Order: sequence, then C-alpha cells, then structure tokens
Amino acid sequence: MLKKIHCHSSFQLCLGLLTGVVFGFLLHKGGATRYDVIVGQLLLTDFTVVKIMLSAVVTGMIGVHALKSVGLARLHVKSGSFGSSVIGGLIFGVGFGVLGYCPGTVAGAVGQGSLDALFGGFVGILIGSWLFAAMYPKLREILNKGYFGEITLPELLGVNAWAVIAPLSAAIITLLFWMEKSGL
Amino acid sequence: MEWLRADQWSPYVVGAGIGILSWLSFLLSDKPLACSTTFARTSGMIERLFRGKKAQDRPYYKKFPPVIDWQWMLVLGVIIGAFISAKLSGQFQLSWVPSHWQAAVGSTPFVRWIAALIGGIIMGFGARWAGGCTSGHGISGTLQLAISSWLAALSFFIAGILTAMLIFRVLLT
Repeated sequence: MLKKIHCHSSFQLCLGLLTGVVFGFLLHKGGATRYDVIVGQLLLTDFTVVKIMLSAVVTGMIGVHALKSVGLARLHVKSGSFGSSVIGGLIFGVGFGVLGYCPGTVAGAVGQGSLDALFGGFVGILIGSWLFAAMYPKLREILNKGYFGEITLPELLGVNAWAVIAPLSAAIITLLFWMEKSGL
Repeated sequence: MEWLRADQWSPYVVGAGIGILSWLSFLLSDKPLACSTTFARTSGMIERLFRGKKAQDRPYYKKFPPVIDWQWMLVLGVIIGAFISAKLSGQFQLSWVPSHWQAAVGSTPFVRWIAALIGGIIMGFGARWAGGCTSGHGISGTLQLAISSWLAALSFFIAGILTAMLIFRVLLT
C-alpha cells in the first residue's frame, strides 16, 4: 500500500477535492444530479440511476479486489446490524422518495443550480444529521439490534472473494443487457 | 474535446468511470467514495458556531469529529465538478422547481422547498442511522460485498420506490 501518500494529510485534502470534482462531473454527465431522473428511477420509468450504480459496482468490485489481491488496497467494510442497516435504510428511502436527491447527488444538484437542492435538500440533510447526532445516545440500543459486524458476503459464505465476484459480475452484466434489450 | 460538452453520457460510461474512480480512491487515499458523514461533521461545525466547544461533547461528534477531512473536500468537489459539467454543456440554470415536480404538484417554489427540506431531514437522519448513503453503502459498500451495505442499499430503494409511488401514483392522482 502507498502508506506515504495516505499519511500526507494536506495532499489527501487536495486529492479528496480532485476525486470529488471527477465524481460530481460524472454524476452530472450521467444525469444523476437531476431530480427528474432520480424520481423516474423510483417510479420505475427511468433506469439511468440503476444502470450507473450497477456498472460502477461491477467495475469497482473487480478493480478494488484486484488491488487488494496484490496488496495495494485494503477493504473498509462498514459494520452493520439489522437495526441500523435495515431500519436506517428504510428511513433514508422515505427521505429519498420525498427529496428526490441523495447526499452525493444533492451536492451535484447544487452545482448545476438547483435551488431546491441547496435550500431544501442540503439544509435538510444537515438538520437531519444534527438531529441524529443529538438523539444518538438514546438510539444506541436499537442501532445494535441484530448486530452482525463488519462481515462481507464471501466471509458469510466461507468462500474466496472471487467465487462471489465472478458469478455476481456475470449476473449484473446479464441484467444490464436484459434491461437494454427490453428497452428499460 | 466535444465529449466534455455533451449533454449526457451513456450511464455505462459514467458507471465505469465511477468504478475506476473508486479504484483510485482505495489506492491513493485508502478510502471509499462516500458523502453522508460530511453532513454530520458539518452539522457539528455549525452547532459549534452557536454553542462553542460544548457541541463537541456529543458522543456522536466524538466518533465523527466536526473537522474538514478527505470526504468533506470530496463533497465540496462534487459541487464544483457538477458545476463544471453543467457549464460546459450549457445546462447550468438556477431553478427552484424540477419539471417532474412542476407537472405533478405545481410551480410554487415554496411547496417544493418545504418538501425538499422535510425529505432532506428524513434522509439525513436515516443516512446516519444506517451509517451511510447511496454512495457510501450503495456503491462503495456493495462493491466491497459488505452485508451491511447490501441490506442498506436494498432498504434505500424499497422504501424510496414505495414512497415515490405513494406520492405520485396514489396521493397525487
């Protein structure tokens, strides 16, 4: 791993900014910063968001695991629990449906001039995050319900990571081809 | 360089691009692409403006200190990157009401603002509850094959689809 670069904090701040610029550029070019595209996905009339996410997952999954295999990267798996991942995920989803942006695309939408994203979404997510921080001590118990920790699918199945990556990539690519063929 | 000015790219090119960007962020920064922790850190910075150092005593801000870090710069970069793309393709436009919303609800900015604010509050709360968002769990976590992230990403979309259907197919018809 490139430890020397990782520890250089001011260089990392520049790199973070640069990574964000590319990420924002791509999100906008993909149309994912547009409310109409995101809500179209949730109404199942426009599959742009799922196409972007699934192709990012396949590309990223293969490359990141290859980097890990040669010792140039390590995984950062988030720990989870049913109480946190599922309940939190469902709350997030309700907000997703009402707002029509997510925390990354709301930033991109601000960049393209969407004032509802700036004064509504962006401010709202800040308020919601603060509310959570304020309530966090009281929520700890439910957040830990059904705790399973930092486990990955290959670890759960007790197999080599590539034994999951290969069939999953094939399945996602087949799904994408099928979506194109059926005009989604 | 005409492609930089294009209105829209293929979702597959964009997706592959984000995938490659995640290789680089793991390789060069030892970090996955993610956004929502930044909102928690920033909310702590704002609270600190009002309450001073006491704000940092909250256990959550002990876990995620209100400081500018790699991901904070990334979110700032997303705003700049989308701005550059929008300017290059001539799509930059200040607007309050997205067209789908306008067709279904109306063109009053206030109504859209309130809805976006409420949606944002619920989303920010849920993102911290789940420990990530559509990028941190939905892309970076799923590509690492994390169980927490697959569960969260599926929950995002199940509740998102049901909520959008309820709003636009049930309540507004």
